[in-house]
Amino acid sequence: MLRFILTRLGLVIPTFLGITFLTFLLIRLVPGDPIEVRVGERGIAPERLAELRREMGLDQPLWQQFLDYVGNVLSGDLGTSLVTRNSVLSEFATLFPATLELAFCAMLFSVLIGLPAGVLAAVKRGSWFDHGVMGLSLTGYSMPIFWWGLLLILFFSVQLGLTPVSGRLDLLYYIEPVTGFMLIDTLLVGETDAFWSALRHLILPTIVLGTIPLAVVARMTRSAMLEVLSEDYIRTARAKGLPQRRVIGLHALRNALIPVVTVIGLQVGTLLGGAILTETIFSWPGVGKWLIESINRRDYPALQGGVLLIATAVIAVNLIVDLLYGVFNPRIRHAR
Amino acid sequence: MKRILLGAGLGMAAALALAAPAQAAKTLVYCSEGSPENFNPMLNTTGTSFDVSLPVYNNLVQFEYGGTKVIPGLAESWTVSEDGLVYTFKLRRGAKWHPTGGFQPTREANADDVIFSFERQWKAENPYHKVSGGSYDYFNDMAMPDLLKSIEKVDDYTVRFTLNRVEAPFIANLAMPFAAIQSKEYGDFLLSKGTPEKIDQVPVGTGPFQFVAYQKDAVIRYKAFEGWQSKPALDNLVFAITPDAAVRYAKMKTGECHIMPYPNPADLEAMKKEPNLQLMEQEGLNVGYLAFNVTKKPFDDVRVRRAINMAIDKKAIVEAVYQGAGVPAKNPIPPTMWSYNQAIEDYPFDQARAKQLLTEAGHPDGFETDLWAMPVQRPYNPNAKRMAEMMQADLAKIGVKAKIVQYEWGEYRKRLQNGDHQLGMLGWTGDNGDPDNFLHVLLGCEAARPGGSNISKWCNKEYDDLVLQAKRTTDIGARTKLYEQAQVIFKEEAPWFTTAHSVVHMVLSNKVSGYKMDPFGVHRFAEVDMK
Repeated sequence: MLRFILTRLGLVIPTFLGITFLTFLLIRLVPGDPIEVRVGERGIAPERLAELRREMGLDQPLWQQFLDYVGNVLSGDLGTSLVTRNSVLSEFATLFPATLELAFCAMLFSVLIGLPAGVLAAVKRGSWFDHGVMGLSLTGYSMPIFWWGLLLILFFSVQLGLTPVSGRLDLLYYIEPVTGFMLIDTLLVGETDAFWSALRHLILPTIVLGTIPLAVVARMTRSAMLEVLSEDYIRTARAKGLPQRRVIGLHALRNALIPVVTVIGLQVGTLLGGAILTETIFSWPGVGKWLIESINRRDYPALQGGVLLIATAVIAVNLIVDLLYGVFNPRIRHAR
Repeated sequence: MKRILLGAGLGMAAALALAAPAQAAKTLVYCSEGSPENFNPMLNTTGTSFDVSLPVYNNLVQFEYGGTKVIPGLAESWTVSEDGLVYTFKLRRGAKWHPTGGFQPTREANADDVIFSFERQWKAENPYHKVSGGSYDYFNDMAMPDLLKSIEKVDDYTVRFTLNRVEAPFIANLAMPFAAIQSKEYGDFLLSKGTPEKIDQVPVGTGPFQFVAYQKDAVIRYKAFEGWQSKPALDNLVFAITPDAAVRYAKMKTGECHIMPYPNPADLEAMKKEPNLQLMEQEGLNVGYLAFNVTKKPFDDVRVRRAINMAIDKKAIVEAVYQGAGVPAKNPIPPTMWSYNQAIEDYPFDQARAKQLLTEAGHPDGFETDLWAMPVQRPYNPNAKRMAEMMQADLAKIGVKAKIVQYEWGEYRKRLQNGDHQLGMLGWTGDNGDPDNFLHVLLGCEAARPGGSNISKWCNKEYDDLVLQAKRTTDIGARTKLYEQAQVIFKEEAPWFTTAHSVVHMVLSNKVSGYKMDPFGVHRFAEVDMK
């Protein structure tokens, strides 16, 4: 087991280097540097431009900038934002809990609905329910997030007045962040009304962000279940006279879960990527919205640091998923 | 833990349940478009960042609410010496500083604060010069380092500014956001604590609203402050950061916010029909134009420039490109600016006459030219490419074959300023509301050098003398006459095809009263009230 973890951690190093290099390069390929996007029609005196470029380290050759950056990252310094002049790490730490809270709720939403829907669809293969789930999940998978978010806002918030349009908490409340997770912080200070407000603010963004993972989980569960259901041991179980619930719930589902868990792990990346759009629509103060602004302002350190930290989160989740395989399927544990 | 009851008007069920005890507290929620960089206008260049510091700070002088006229601020009066070089400001007494977490001011605003605020931007030896990146773009752009000779304290309530040259727009510069006055006492306090950067994150000013809290990328809170100005009608001011225009509109409909800027042009018609909303509009302090490079043939000939002015259907372009959010321009300065010459008549759209002019100029069959279009959306031009295509089609009708050229934005600007183009589109947004900021900066001889902002490279002695004289005259009546005359020469000589001034819209809830749109495009709430 330890060896497995160490091998996986070893693989992480080139992944990190690759990500750092790509982010570093891609944002620099976008026309306009941080100074140019700020200057506008007014233009800038060449001496002042040179001075600013020197201050920001942009006068160095690219390879030098890259090496400096990697060196700093290795010593734990992600730099300071060119715009706010705060440390990238502290900005990320302030905003990440909001993203995590939303992503967690979206994941919960997609698994709680997607898993049973997929199982049922497989068990009732060919029924109207199966067709319905498959049709809806295809629609969900192809849903443009921006459009979907606005549609839900217009219907649930504007027409029906059931949910707030955007934000994280009603403006009546001001909760000092402790953990940064609004649901927890409101309870910590004993504000149940604020807790309900936070929960209501989560509903629409959760649905929007959870739609694609929900579709993926439902489809994957269905196909994995179908495969397992045709196995000999299921026939044996049935022949033994086991009740249907036990056959499906114990024998089939547990084996079908392995690919599903993989897919859920992969969806973490989708969730954090999807958060960029969802957060922008719902004015959700998380890292997604922050990254968009960093791109617009060509805030290189913020963007590079943000992407690197998100990548760390995704890699960590995938590692956990790999370890979870063993829990679901002892064969994998032995094979390694 | 803090819990703030912000009062009525938020429209949500939960809010209503809790708002009961806060009866009369008036809270205005402004759905702003983005997050500020910090809370110090000296360091910023964007309207989004200026908006968040305007409630907190005062300047020596300020722009009249909703206008470009300069009125007293922290200085209750000022005098200018005969030679126009020495400005002496009398500061008002009783300008209290906001108290904030840990800092309790012991004195009112005085001359030390004024000197501190300017020296921070001006002098490298000031301990705050390098704090928060220390990039004072506007201070430099308005040429303050060249202009200022000295700033001296005469007594606690008198400050003397001495200039290196006469510059009438100087007083308007002092009303710009970058010239905000910060507290030296607060600065010293933070230095002693070892956290100087807090001065730009937890702002302390003398303005109508006191900063309460900022939750990054989400909410900014202020409360009313009774300083030297009377207490604002609002008790609380909240900025709810909402980047998407469609979502801001949805929040206006549900009552989650009371004022929003920058609506989608496509929503304007629907907004007009909403019974609970009011739509305000105003020409922005900007101009979009097509510049003829007069150093290149055939645009050195005024007849050709006039012909092109007549060949392009301005009205059609404004309708198609601005979709209701623009008005045709005839002068290089916007109509909201003082000295705008109303009497000037624009060139008519007359392609037959244009063709005739071209023939007279020796181009009966037209000619070939380039036509540069911005690659980005700008406040004065939402779609330069589309505009260029319409111009291209109009020009083709008089035999002029225009080839549309685009570069990456930074490169584009640089090349235009070098004069690499023949026909080039650009525009300008005003800084200090002074006509000099358009007429001299964009069309003066000094700016016609390669790399200068006069991209027509047009240098007309008669015109230049007028705007230079206006710059050196402090009497506003005399300056108005000079600028009006300058606009006449501009129109005759036609170095530009003046395209349009964009129109800016604001959406307000019917509960809001007393809001005035600001010609500079920033948003001020000190005089707003709510029903």
